[in-house]
Amino acid sequence: MAEALKITDLHKSFKTGFLLKKKKILKGIHLEVKQGEIFGYLGPNGAGKTTTIKCLLGLIFPEKGEIRILGQPYLSLSAKERIGFLPENPYFYDYLTASEFLEFYSQLFFIKKDKKEDKIQSLLRLVRLEKSAHLQLRKFSRGMLQRIGMAQALLNEPSIVFLDEPLGGLDPLGRKEIRDIITSLRDEGKTVFLSSHILQDIEMICDRVAIIVNGEIINSGRLKDLISEKINFTEVILSGLKEEQLRELSESLASSGDRIFLKITDESKLEEVLQLVHSQKGKIHSLIPRTETLEDLFVEMVKTQ
Amino acid sequence: MKIKAIALNTFREAIRDRILYVIFFFAAVCFLFSRVLALLTVGDQVKIITDVGLAALSFFGALMAILVGTGLVYKEIDKKTLYTLLSKPIHRYQFLLGKYFGMILTLFVMLFLMTVLFLILLFFHTFKIEWQIFAAVFLIFCELCVITAVAILFSCFSTPILSSIYTLSFYLIGHLSWGLETLIDNINSGLGRALARVLYTLLPDLENFNIKTEIVHHLPIPPELFFFSFLYGFCYSVFILFLAVLVFRRRDFI
Repeated sequence: MAEALKITDLHKSFKTGFLLKKKKILKGIHLEVKQGEIFGYLGPNGAGKTTTIKCLLGLIFPEKGEIRILGQPYLSLSAKERIGFLPENPYFYDYLTASEFLEFYSQLFFIKKDKKEDKIQSLLRLVRLEKSAHLQLRKFSRGMLQRIGMAQALLNEPSIVFLDEPLGGLDPLGRKEIRDIITSLRDEGKTVFLSSHILQDIEMICDRVAIIVNGEIINSGRLKDLISEKINFTEVILSGLKEEQLRELSESLASSGDRIFLKITDESKLEEVLQLVHSQKGKIHSLIPRTETLEDLFVEMVKTQ
Repeated sequence: MKIKAIALNTFREAIRDRILYVIFFFAAVCFLFSRVLALLTVGDQVKIITDVGLAALSFFGALMAILVGTGLVYKEIDKKTLYTLLSKPIHRYQFLLGKYFGMILTLFVMLFLMTVLFLILLFFHTFKIEWQIFAAVFLIFCELCVITAVAILFSCFSTPILSSIYTLSFYLIGHLSWGLETLIDNINSGLGRALARVLYTLLPDLENFNIKTEIVHHLPIPPELFFFSFLYGFCYSVFILFLAVLVFRRRDFI
């Protein structure tokens, strides 16, 4: 599949403090995002996620490195014609109504007059703001601003959409709505590049991820390659045995009524427990192997760094 | 087209700024005060009203350009509205020119309204429309174009308060720099004279846009004065906007 985004050896530093000391924010980022995938860009606060996105959009200029979006130089207008962007904590012209705001932004693209109104209405419907079309943005809640931000990012039917923390500050319903929109973009063949702290959401929707810590990519790849195989521990719920018989075989143990809850990390010990249950004529109620989650991987990597 | 869209949005933003109406109110008070001054003065009352009125138009117009103009670009950076705008297919210079022309349109409307108010007041004294006032207002408008360019330049890299102070200083220097011309005439040739000439060339001379005396005393105004003043204002604005674009195009928006 062709590359929607290619970043090669991206460096950026800022001058900080009274003595204007240089602080390196990005230390040679290499990334490739394929067309039609949802790419998650993860990292702790201050890792360089937003700086990378700002470089991609030409809001800040990298000192070194190359960026190509859809095969074109990233600052070219033809590349910008085909991208959409939703910033973190979006803030828009609060004196405009939702439809005035979209109308204004649509003038920055060459959208034909007869199509413009339909486009605006369909986007308002998509983000479920059709009833607030004539409400000033200053009266919008955080979730509504996020949704109108999503609408403006999709105004030009972009081939690639950059979303900086699109799920931050939203309630569970709002998060689901934005998640659904993001997955529908993939279904339409668009590429989505999103940075987020909310790892459960990333895990749910992303095809591939990259983890950035201290301005360096420390891991990247398909989500299932990164986290699928490793089983951290197995949770077992059983009955018909005494706690004393199991104490040495499990990491932790708790009981409620006649049921005993076990957490077993060692696979050989799991075998022993199963044999014991069989021999003592006990009963297994549940046995769940807990694989590594993205959160586990993320925490482990960040700690290692 | 893109510059026009940004300009119209800037106009919509600026026209909602309450400070414009506060300044408009004070300008109106000043026009009325000129009537009181005229009553207290021995001589031609119309001359007093015209003089004070034109001075008020120039001063309050400049105040509008400074107080609203200096916040225009800064607010976009501060509130991060610029982020989504610059991610669209526009060049940075288009954004800056859009802001400039939006502010110019705002000043045109406000200056027009203030002029109409002033002419109505004058009409009650003369019972005729003083058309020559428009000549003075045209040059005041040229002056405001220069001041707006300066306000936008400072707004590209400084906070509104500091930018206002800088632009106000520019305005004051611009109206006092004619003194240097007199100094050059009275200084003997040498280093001092050369320095004074360099300084006079670099500093703005906003008195080029001041024809109040000619209007008040009904003196003839040579047509080349209009042309020269317009050209001076145009070139100065283009130069300042060029500097603003240079500052803005390589700026990081952290």
